[in-house]
Amino acid sequence: MPLDHPKPYPGARRPDKSWSVDSNGVSIAAYQWGEDSGRPLLLAHGGFDFAGTMDGFAPLLADEGWRVVSWDQRGHGDSEHAALYNWESDQRDGLTVLDTVTKDAVPFVGHSKGGGLLMALAEVRPDRITAMVNLDGLPSQRTVPDVSDRERRRLMAAEMSERLDYRRTAHEGIRKPGTLEELASRRAKMNPRLSLDWLEYLVPIGAREDRDGWRWKLDPAMRFGGFGPYRPEWGLARMPGMIAPFLAVLGLEEDAMSWGTKPEDVIDWLPSGARFEALEGVGHFVHIEQPRTVADFVLEFLS
Amino acid sequence: MSGEITWLRHNKVVLALHHLAAGDGLPLLLLHGLGEKTSSPRHPWAAWPGPIYGLDFTGHGASTVPAGGGYSAELLMSDADVALAEIGPATIYGRGLGAYIGLLIAGGRPDLVMGAVLADGPGLNGGGPGPVSASWFQPQPSDGTSPDPFALHELAHDVRPGDYAAGFVHLLMAGSALDSPIAVVAKNRPSWLEAVAREPGVLATSEDEAFAMFAQ
Repeated sequence: MPLDHPKPYPGARRPDKSWSVDSNGVSIAAYQWGEDSGRPLLLAHGGFDFAGTMDGFAPLLADEGWRVVSWDQRGHGDSEHAALYNWESDQRDGLTVLDTVTKDAVPFVGHSKGGGLLMALAEVRPDRITAMVNLDGLPSQRTVPDVSDRERRRLMAAEMSERLDYRRTAHEGIRKPGTLEELASRRAKMNPRLSLDWLEYLVPIGAREDRDGWRWKLDPAMRFGGFGPYRPEWGLARMPGMIAPFLAVLGLEEDAMSWGTKPEDVIDWLPSGARFEALEGVGHFVHIEQPRTVADFVLEFLS
Repeated sequence: MSGEITWLRHNKVVLALHHLAAGDGLPLLLLHGLGEKTSSPRHPWAAWPGPIYGLDFTGHGASTVPAGGGYSAELLMSDADVALAEIGPATIYGRGLGAYIGLLIAGGRPDLVMGAVLADGPGLNGGGPGPVSASWFQPQPSDGTSPDPFALHELAHDVRPGDYAAGFVHLLMAGSALDSPIAVVAKNRPSWLEAVAREPGVLATSEDEAFAMFAQ
């Protein structure tokens, strides 16, 4: 019996069950589409999303016999707002969720940050993966357009100062309230290719209703951007050594959340035998814009 | 004043800022090494004329040990910034991991860091200049005591490219009122510190000379 939703959306279905997992003291919300008797598959959402954004895509896999297991990454959706965040902790959380379903190796399917996250997990725990599907989460070596060193330094100084200022008062952060429609409209700025009906469907899942309005549940301490030593090419370097069968799906239409990766950036880095699908006229959210097409890619690949 | 602790809020973490000595003049902020806490058996700063403070990083000493790990050097940089917000402009003395964090916050807050002394200590090397083979760590549930095993693991292999570290020197030099705002006193020179030491305006010197220079 799927979880309830107050405002249905065509083709979308809430998970069939949900449960809570203790990941080293952080409470993680886990979900499943499909029957317990199905073949397990681990599905990861992208950054600043939540598992409910898979409500259109995951049921298409579940309906073909997959037990689709996902989770709200820490600080996202109904998972706890943690004190600390990094990729290693996200990897541990994901595997802890999978452990509650099976200790066997399963296919990994991840969108955007979730794709990168599961590729990193595949490297550190190759014993737990049978196949990798990356949905528009392929890194590239592209950088911001050329600017002078002086200008780059000025931008970095301004960003760092602003970020440090924010951290000083992060504990006071609270998300701006609004009507359901307002939250959907705000999200549309980052998801301009997705319909308002879909975004309004997401609000009662990814937001909570307070006395003064709806608020996204996302930890206010989390922000876009940031700085650190990480370089996208380190993610590229991870790909050729992946032994599990690999399917990559890339949306060719750039939008606000796209990583700017082009086919020529990644083709030479794919593991041998990898399948690569580039979708014309589709943006970053390949699985939301074209759920049937992408699900068919995945189902065929995993068969 | 000596022996007192000021408790500072950094998001969900409460940080312990130890008041080690009173004094007149510019404060000195001590940043400990990986796995250490503020109390240290060595006191090269004994002659420092101003007040002396020591910060316990997240997961260390008397500061909060948060659940579930997720550490980064950039997070600890914000720990140091929260301490600077409390005490105002200060000279920093960092050991090991604290030396690296001292460099980061000096570049991030060139108007608040009146000199950074980078010294040997645990965690100075970090994880090297580029990605290393991934490692997996799943500790037993924490009992909340410090140092946090997640911190010991995650902060021991954080990647520190030389040009990334040197970038913080550039930021510091562009915004600092000092001609030589960084003193490298560490004998061990991992590649990030070697890159820092090569930058114009960075002095390789002794602890005594560094303290004498910044105390003026």
